[in-house]
Amino acid sequence: MRYEAPTTTQEAANLIAREKGEAFVLAGGTDLLVRMKTGLSDPTLVVDIKHIPAMQDVKTTDSGTKIGAAVSGSRLNANKKLKKAWPGIVEAANLIGSDQIQGRATMVGNLCNASPAADSVPAMIAAGAKAVVVGPKKRRTVPVEKIATGPGKTSLAKGEIVESINLPKRTGKAGDAYLRFIPRTEMDIAVVSAGVNLTLERGLVKTARVCLGAVGPTAVLVQKAAKAIIGSKLDEESLDKMAEACSAACTPISDKRGTVEYRTKVAGVLAKRAAKIAFKRAGGK
Amino acid sequence: MTHDQSFTNQKFKLVGSRVNRPDGVDKVTGRAKYGADASAPGQLVALFLRSPHAHAKIKKLDTSKAEKLAGVKAVITSADLPDHTAGAQLDVLENCMARDRVLYDGHAVAAVAAIDKETAKKALKLIKVSYGKLPHVTDVDEAMRPGAPLVREDIFTRGVDPKPTEPSNVCKVSTFGHGDIEAGFDEADVIIEKSFKTEQTHQGYIEPHACLASVGPDGNGELWVTTQGHYTYRTVCAALLGMDMAKLKVTSSEIGGGFGGKTHVWIEPIALALSRKANRPVKAVMTRDEVFKASGPTCSTSMDIKIGAKKDGTITAGSAHIRYQDGAFRGQWGQLGAMTAFACYDLKNVQSVGYDVLVNRPKVAAYRAPSAPMAAFGVESTMDLVAEAIEMDPVTLRIKNAAKEGTRASYGPTYGPIGIGPTLEAAKNHPHMRAKLKKNQGRGMACGFWFNFGGQTCTDINISADGTVNLTLGTVDVGGSRASMSLICAEELGIPYDQVKANIADTSSLGHNDTTEGSRGTFSSGMATIFAAREAIEEMKERAAQTWDIPVEEVEWVEGEARAIGQKNDNLPPLTLKDIAARAAATGGPIAGHNEVVADGAGVSFASHICDVEVDPETGGTRIIRYTVIQDAGKAINPDYVEGQFQGGAAQGIGWALNEEYIYGDDGRLQNAGFLDYRIPVCSDLPFIDTEILEIPNPNHPYGIRGVGETSIVPPLAAIGNAVSNAAGVRMTHVPMSPPRILKAIEEAEA
Repeated sequence: MRYEAPTTTQEAANLIAREKGEAFVLAGGTDLLVRMKTGLSDPTLVVDIKHIPAMQDVKTTDSGTKIGAAVSGSRLNANKKLKKAWPGIVEAANLIGSDQIQGRATMVGNLCNASPAADSVPAMIAAGAKAVVVGPKKRRTVPVEKIATGPGKTSLAKGEIVESINLPKRTGKAGDAYLRFIPRTEMDIAVVSAGVNLTLERGLVKTARVCLGAVGPTAVLVQKAAKAIIGSKLDEESLDKMAEACSAACTPISDKRGTVEYRTKVAGVLAKRAAKIAFKRAGGK
Repeated sequence: MTHDQSFTNQKFKLVGSRVNRPDGVDKVTGRAKYGADASAPGQLVALFLRSPHAHAKIKKLDTSKAEKLAGVKAVITSADLPDHTAGAQLDVLENCMARDRVLYDGHAVAAVAAIDKETAKKALKLIKVSYGKLPHVTDVDEAMRPGAPLVREDIFTRGVDPKPTEPSNVCKVSTFGHGDIEAGFDEADVIIEKSFKTEQTHQGYIEPHACLASVGPDGNGELWVTTQGHYTYRTVCAALLGMDMAKLKVTSSEIGGGFGGKTHVWIEPIALALSRKANRPVKAVMTRDEVFKASGPTCSTSMDIKIGAKKDGTITAGSAHIRYQDGAFRGQWGQLGAMTAFACYDLKNVQSVGYDVLVNRPKVAAYRAPSAPMAAFGVESTMDLVAEAIEMDPVTLRIKNAAKEGTRASYGPTYGPIGIGPTLEAAKNHPHMRAKLKKNQGRGMACGFWFNFGGQTCTDINISADGTVNLTLGTVDVGGSRASMSLICAEELGIPYDQVKANIADTSSLGHNDTTEGSRGTFSSGMATIFAAREAIEEMKERAAQTWDIPVEEVEWVEGEARAIGQKNDNLPPLTLKDIAARAAATGGPIAGHNEVVADGAGVSFASHICDVEVDPETGGTRIIRYTVIQDAGKAINPDYVEGQFQGGAAQGIGWALNEEYIYGDDGRLQNAGFLDYRIPVCSDLPFIDTEILEIPNPNHPYGIRGVGETSIVPPLAAIGNAVSNAAGVRMTHVPMSPPRILKAIEEAEA
């Protein structure tokens, strides 16, 4: 196995594009190293992206916030501005693993690992985040929901890597929230999860995005659920409608972590609870 | 009498105080050496090839390519091991290495020893196995159905009359009880019948099985290993491999948890065999995946419980049929479960039947009070239903029927003084019982019983020239016993606690000690330590008499010194232990005390637990809000660690009750062989577990000691089951009470 630590994104993309065997990007390594240790992955090339300066930044400009692909969960948590603007995203990223894992794990790693249960992904999708993808020949920017295509699978072509996540600029009354259900209190994987992002105008929900995790092959953006609460004050009726829309959008499997029935029911429960938190964070009453 | 084991109610100076454990600093600084921490020059790395099938014939097993790989020094299959066909150890050996059939997912089929891990990994890939898949069964009820796939073809059910002529997965039926249950049920005003299930759990010790084995061409061998019983490992390994016991030195490392799972051999005999074949030391360390798949978890169960009672709360009859899944090898788990099921109660008519059933899962090993927690889940849940039916407080119902001194136990013997009544009274009067509950919260309580064991024990005390004392023990310290034994030794000798240094001897340095299991450590080694100390005192009195030139009858031992008795000896100042030790060379040589004993009369132990939970009715998620353990210790030598045992058992019980379970796919393969999806509780899942120690002396121990290690895991499944049922408003009958099971039960009750 070859280990490379390039200092530019372009160089990293080229290394992977040229590799004949199996090449992996190493960000935090909290998924990759476990896979290598248990024999699930046996790469011929590992490209460490932590030495690329562009990937280590969190930058807020007039157009929004850019989070580099190598930024760890604990660095997100230490960023007060980001936490204030996007508390749901930071709390989702911080739910991954233990304190030790938080020192390494990254949101882009979480995204590209393409687990349907990834915690940060529904929060990013609800936020309307975009991924900046760099390939050997071109750069492109795509909505986060276009990256994962199924468990362990992404739309990234060979040599393409995600350089950063762009979050839109926060204006006016807005809030987001992410909740997951796990049987324990921490150190676990979501059985089902929900991210909600909304804005308010004159006390009513003006825009909303609702995204579910671990209820299908990828995170599910549920437009009907958002529609159910837009224009409302989050009264019980619209919340119930949203929950119904969420459950209807679920196509989960039964596995060691939960059943189809359980995930379908609890998806709605969590979406309601997350919506209430996001509403309150946006200043709603 | 030096060796009288009767309780004497002596006043203690040190016993009962809270002292730091002597192994504590090493453990918190990382200096302590565990199973994987030993290395030897030229050591090889052992890896195992394991079955990917639940049940299959090994049609062909070709290791030739692996053997030819550079760096591979030995490959072992069952063909390389002694043939124990029809021998008593066949089951043990066949579990360590499959013969013609693999019996569970993870069953070892071959092992290699190579110069490094990479080479060993490559070698495993070069071993070609051709399997012929056979039908499998992993569920205990399915395994008992007629026509179920047979795990073994040579098992005929024992304990039934007439003797069966057809083989079966039921290897044994064990029946206990007395009276006439039919007549008893006829007398009842209320009869509750209910079925329950519990899933398979693992002890979850953090340290995996690990050893360093070395056997020379002269037949001498050494084994460094994490174990609860290094003498037992020596006995078994020597028998399996045809070695002389005295020529195999087994040293127990520090142990990172065992809870019963380190009472059996797994990789150790194979590591020795590899070493013997390679003529090099071999280190073997299980991965976590291997620990789950191929060590010894506890049984899953299925049971039918029936209890009848009069309106005044008198139980007229109780019956239990409990089916224990033993894995692919025969065990005595059904028998133990049947014995414990009704042990808390004074019943006129009682019958409990335990079934030992084979399935295609790993061989079951002991897990802390093995078999008792599941039986208690069924019986104590049913007791709550009886209380509800006759509108009686559940604690009052239990107090009314509690066993007491003179009660004939459901499993045969007549009890001496016991603690079930007192723990129940303490539970009834505990402030926890009166604390207010909030919305969605519920309270439950339950009792539990465990026998406690004694057994063979051997202990040495050697007094150094400076008066410090080496206490040499042969029972592995699994829960702070070096601290307790040092306290006992210091108490007897009349010296400070830190003047004693306790060590666990290897098998060549001290006589045989049974495994530390059955909560026997403090009871048995405590007894041997007392007797050994008293022998040393007798010796020191002799030395003092010699020094003073008076008859030994005129010497007494008080507060760590020899005193001459009587007016005529007034002029003789006392000789302290240090004085006598300093003069030992001139008075007859080193001073020692020794004792070997079969410690009989272990005191049975009872506990009552109270638990509050909060259930989220929309997700089925459950949090333990408050938990109280009340248990009879006989005598708490070091109360800190007695409380630790109470809390540890409760914590493991909480995990078992709520989330832990072996999950098998339809293919018979284990799906969650890791701590991510086999969910033991994390710190934040648990409240501070409150404890109350009762001390009802065991009449058969000089200090009144009973065992304390195991009983604490018996009540939690039932206490939490009762609490969750009360909080959710629906009776939970399937452990673990995971969120999907709770939510389903709530929805079914609403519909």
